[in-house]
Amino acid sequence: MSHIQVGVIDYLIMAIYVLFVLGIGWVLKRYMKTSADFLTSGKSIPAWITGLAFISTNLGALEVIGMGASGAKYGIATCHFYWVGAIPAMVFLGVFMMPFYYGSKARSVPEYLKLRFNEKTRAFNAISFAVMTIFASGISMFAMSKLMQILLGWDFNLSLVISAIIVLVYTFLGGLTSAIYNEVLQFFLIVAGFVPLVFIALKDAGGWTGVQERLHMVAQQAGFSQPFDQWTRGWAHMGSPGANPMGVEWFGLIFGLGFVLSFGYWCTNFLVVQRAMAAKSMSAARNTPLIGAIPKMFIPILVILPGMIAMALTAHGGPGGFAIPKLPDGTLDYNNTIPLMLGHYLPSGVLGLGLTALMASFMSGMAGNVTAFNTVWTYDIYQSYLRPGQSDKHYLAMGKIATVFGIIVSMGAAYVAASFNNIMDFLQLIFAFVNAPLFATFLLGMFWKRATGNAAFTGLLSGTLAAALHHGLTLPAGAHAGIKGGWLGMVHTYPSEMAQNFWAATFAWTACFVVTIIISMVTRQKKSDDELKGLVYSLTPRIKETGVPWYSQPATLGTIVLAVAVVLNIIFW
Amino acid sequence: MQSDIRFPIGLLFTIIGVLITIFGLATRGAEIYARSLGININIYSGICLTVFGVIMLVMAIRAQKKGKKPVQEKSL
Repeated sequence: MSHIQVGVIDYLIMAIYVLFVLGIGWVLKRYMKTSADFLTSGKSIPAWITGLAFISTNLGALEVIGMGASGAKYGIATCHFYWVGAIPAMVFLGVFMMPFYYGSKARSVPEYLKLRFNEKTRAFNAISFAVMTIFASGISMFAMSKLMQILLGWDFNLSLVISAIIVLVYTFLGGLTSAIYNEVLQFFLIVAGFVPLVFIALKDAGGWTGVQERLHMVAQQAGFSQPFDQWTRGWAHMGSPGANPMGVEWFGLIFGLGFVLSFGYWCTNFLVVQRAMAAKSMSAARNTPLIGAIPKMFIPILVILPGMIAMALTAHGGPGGFAIPKLPDGTLDYNNTIPLMLGHYLPSGVLGLGLTALMASFMSGMAGNVTAFNTVWTYDIYQSYLRPGQSDKHYLAMGKIATVFGIIVSMGAAYVAASFNNIMDFLQLIFAFVNAPLFATFLLGMFWKRATGNAAFTGLLSGTLAAALHHGLTLPAGAHAGIKGGWLGMVHTYPSEMAQNFWAATFAWTACFVVTIIISMVTRQKKSDDELKGLVYSLTPRIKETGVPWYSQPATLGTIVLAVAVVLNIIFW
Repeated sequence: MQSDIRFPIGLLFTIIGVLITIFGLATRGAEIYARSLGININIYSGICLTVFGVIMLVMAIRAQKKGKKPVQEKSL
């Protein structure tokens, strides 16, 4: 496993990258004068930069490692995370939701909740979000240290400290702008590092036809029915959970993943929304997710395809002799597929590039979460509840302390993450708890002016409780009661962890949606129409896109993006 | 100076691209390419990266020469 020869040239490339990242932070520091500059970039970044940063935030450790692993385990159905999940959600965010975020001048998602509903709702969301970012950055930190340990042979604890210091220095130097610039840099690095990998691995497997033939063997060995194309068809086998490797059927997929989880993640996760809020104008902010959606559709080629190739080569080896190694218990070690492929196929030189790309993606995962954490902590918790009414300088200093604090706590979370055997499932579970009910709250808050503050808070609470209850009563097949569920008893068993997560999200969303409506009917709306202006759809004047040509208007861009996504779904039906 | 991101991207990719190209040329036929099925992937990647880097640099420098370009959009 550790026979990968990393040469001087590879270390040199990594060193150049680190110097660049620090250099960017240092240069940008001169532009950061006020606390708003440090935390939200003073809303001054062009749309194509925020657009790439928008998807790069998500192109972190989980996407690169997790999607590769899922590509191997579930086949092309993994692309639904993009073509059914992310893309429609990003279009919805850009066309419908962004006007409220950007127009309300809220500096964070919790702040929007305060303006629209009340303090309790905001506090609940701020706290659950802060906890989530710490876990997410801890997971990235864990993945990066693990990578250093496996590929470079360094000690895990040492690797952890080194990655923490690098992230600290560069977040500290430049705040969100530096995080965003690094994310764009990292996007191009991922492309540059993974294209050679996909090219060589695809050649080893005899091209796309070779991959398909081999994946038919995989499906046959797994006991699926004729014509064994379960790994290469996205929709054809979604009729029942038992007919496809993911263990889901079309309803769970479309509602659980496509609607609740994806819309919840892309529309209410402050980490990603913050990127768009940093844009320099309303139209730039609305176009941010739409511009990001275009490269996003093709990312599966870089992250899911290598996983599928790895699975194909495991069934029937090519001249390169790559196969996914087995874990001691006989199951395949999906999680390390991508790092091991990099080490197997790339010679010194491009190997350095590939490793740098992985490192960059982990760093941006950490840095993105840490900057989101320090914004929410400083504005939504510290300034609101702990020390209101201080000078701008005071909050700027607090933002920096929060960065240091966030990184230290993340290191602790990295050790917690080390004790989970599947990081991807764990994170989806957190999303089901936090983002799924929140999306119902936002949907009602933005489109139904009657929704009241008390109802929103109760709804959010019931949604989270519903997720917990569902988790406590169900288990994925083959798992034991405990962290994977079933700690309250056994009511239902799902064919896979993914199916369990989709349904947890569905229950959480529905509970929040129904409870918020019922409570709203019996409570009084304390906010006047005037207070809700700019926060609710029916009370907000329509935006007139004057001076923007029709082809760069959000509605046009959104339609084009959706059309391309539909075509992709049909091609790989 | 505006903090145009094309400049650092261009610089980084040009430096790394040239480095990998030179390394690829120096190691032609070396046994490290057994891994990549005998393809000297360093030369191809290196050239692509350099071209991309130079294009970015040229765009950044041209934008700077034009001075402050009028990209004022109406903010709401």
